[in-house]
Amino acid sequence: MNAMVRRYGTGLTGLSIVLTAFWLLLLVVFPYFGLFENSFRPYLPVVDVGGPLDTYSVNNYLTFFTSPIHIKVFLTTIAYSCLVTVLALLIAYPLSYYMAKVISPASLPTVFLMLLIPLWVSEILRAFAWFIILALKGPLTITLQALGIITEPIHWMWGLGGYSGVIIGLIYTYILFMLFPLYNAMSSLDSNQIEAAEDLGAKWWQTHWRVIIPHSKPGIASGCVTVFMLSAGSVIVPTLLQSPRSRWFTEVIQQWMFESQDWQTGAAYAFLLLLICTVFVTLMMKFFRVSLADIAK
Amino acid sequence: MTASVELRGVSMDFDKYRAVDNVDVKIKPGEFFSFLGPSGCGKTTILRMVSGFIEPTMGEVLIGDQDMKGQGPNKRPTAMIFQNLALFPLMRVWENISFGLEVRGATKAERRAKAEELLQLVELPGVGDRFPSQLSGGQRQRVAIARALAVEPKVMLLDEPLSALDLKLRQHMRAELRAIQKRTNVTFIYITHDQGEALAMSDRVAVMSRGKIQQIDVPQMIYNNPANGFVASFVGENNIFAGTLSAAAKGTGKFKTPVGEFKVRLGQGVSTAVKCHMHVRPEHIGLVGKPRAGQNAIKARVDDVSFEGNFAIVHLRDASGKKLIAEVRNDVTAPPPEQGSTTYITFEPDKALVLLDSDAVAYGEKELE
Repeated sequence: MNAMVRRYGTGLTGLSIVLTAFWLLLLVVFPYFGLFENSFRPYLPVVDVGGPLDTYSVNNYLTFFTSPIHIKVFLTTIAYSCLVTVLALLIAYPLSYYMAKVISPASLPTVFLMLLIPLWVSEILRAFAWFIILALKGPLTITLQALGIITEPIHWMWGLGGYSGVIIGLIYTYILFMLFPLYNAMSSLDSNQIEAAEDLGAKWWQTHWRVIIPHSKPGIASGCVTVFMLSAGSVIVPTLLQSPRSRWFTEVIQQWMFESQDWQTGAAYAFLLLLICTVFVTLMMKFFRVSLADIAK
Repeated sequence: MTASVELRGVSMDFDKYRAVDNVDVKIKPGEFFSFLGPSGCGKTTILRMVSGFIEPTMGEVLIGDQDMKGQGPNKRPTAMIFQNLALFPLMRVWENISFGLEVRGATKAERRAKAEELLQLVELPGVGDRFPSQLSGGQRQRVAIARALAVEPKVMLLDEPLSALDLKLRQHMRAELRAIQKRTNVTFIYITHDQGEALAMSDRVAVMSRGKIQQIDVPQMIYNNPANGFVASFVGENNIFAGTLSAAAKGTGKFKTPVGEFKVRLGQGVSTAVKCHMHVRPEHIGLVGKPRAGQNAIKARVDDVSFEGNFAIVHLRDASGKKLIAEVRNDVTAPPPEQGSTTYITFEPDKALVLLDSDAVAYGEKELE
């Protein structure tokens, strides 16, 4: 603090502290706290708010644990978010290896640009684009029919228990959050180590398993946590690319809040999602022996 | 186990740049062979071609008389020690050493035993369970050697592995490497830009410049009978005189310079028809008040004397203003002349070498590093 004042003067130091505090308190702590407080209150007609009926309880949380359908939706969301995470990792791993160790640094900016441009388009538009591509009589079906590969149109979004559209959309939307941490981790690996492994007789997969993956573990962990959390908390993609059989837990929260107008129960559900996802991620990190400090690197 | 390594007409092009130019060399089984040259001379490229990381544009690489074309690094009977050692930081020392056995499917007990055996060989017992980051520079060096030896290579390739060590340790490791090589009888191919290393350790040395081999010989011959001007000035110091060869017969002759004419010995391929320079090493120069008649001598003024302990370096300047260096033994009964005094430098005819100018390189490339 003193060092900062000496370096930047009182004005600039004060400004940066005020701005950070504004961001943290007003935009993060305050709304979360409001919602958290709300989640313990009953859903009441406006006249009763603040009256004798307005007392704290855990009833909203119990609502979740007493409705088997919501529990099932929740578990499905976790399971499919895991699937999205694993698939995103499988796609991003070779790509980031290619970027970090194979192509010449001269062509790297082009590849980065090609990857980033889609990110400049909003999430809704990207999900909507996939909605069009995967539509029953959309471009994908038409192309495959024209090529004679399929004859009857296919419900692209109805596969995998009704979640194929959601999975495709989520992977596409969040893959870069997997790719960049992986790329960062891999590009910090000394190429001599790869060559040394190869020189000592390792086959390509042995080099990956024993040298490249252990080195990239923090990147893999950070990418997986990010993609998992974003997928489990996504609303737009599961809503747009849904099928008659798919239901995402965030949609349940949205229904509580905007269809039932019951913000209290919705808030309780949202905190349950946050809490259980955090516990799940922590357990997975324990299981794969990754610490938070590794990820922060 | 050991094998010969042969390069036949090997060239390597990177885009339009020729890194290695038509190199022919045959390294005998069990030999300690060094490639010596300035950075960018193509020596590392040669090593990478032998190890299989790159394939030559032209020519053949043979290991134990077998053409290695199309064989990847994991198929060749070579093991490389990298400049930065490239130990695996996340593996323990014993896992590092036995990595080559692990990928060949050896059991844990076998690997552990082999690692301990090799740690004994490199005189580093008891560190198997540590991580490389917990070792000193010299210890890491030994681990890297042990790891390479674990796969029982026929040829060991070393890419300036001592350059990261401090001077004392480097000199110690030279002897160590040499001893390990003799003990294991594996062919060692050593890459360095340090002439001291190359001369001290090698059975034979190839001096390289601009992708070409300038001379292949035993260290004594490289130093005493350099093939051309580049070899002479890259390996050791020299006083170089421009001039013309005025007479030549049976390996001796006379060399005419602006500061006099001298009796000289002729190097390889030198005749009155070619461009050449006269080279005299500082330690072959004597300083006398008055030269004998007919002796090779140049009058010079002493610019500076720097005392180095067992010897002194005398900086001089001749009548034309050219700088000269002489290296004289520290002798209390005959101290070097004082700064500012005038003296004569003398040198024996067989120490005044007239050498061919090398077309591969300009003089002073050594300073460019």
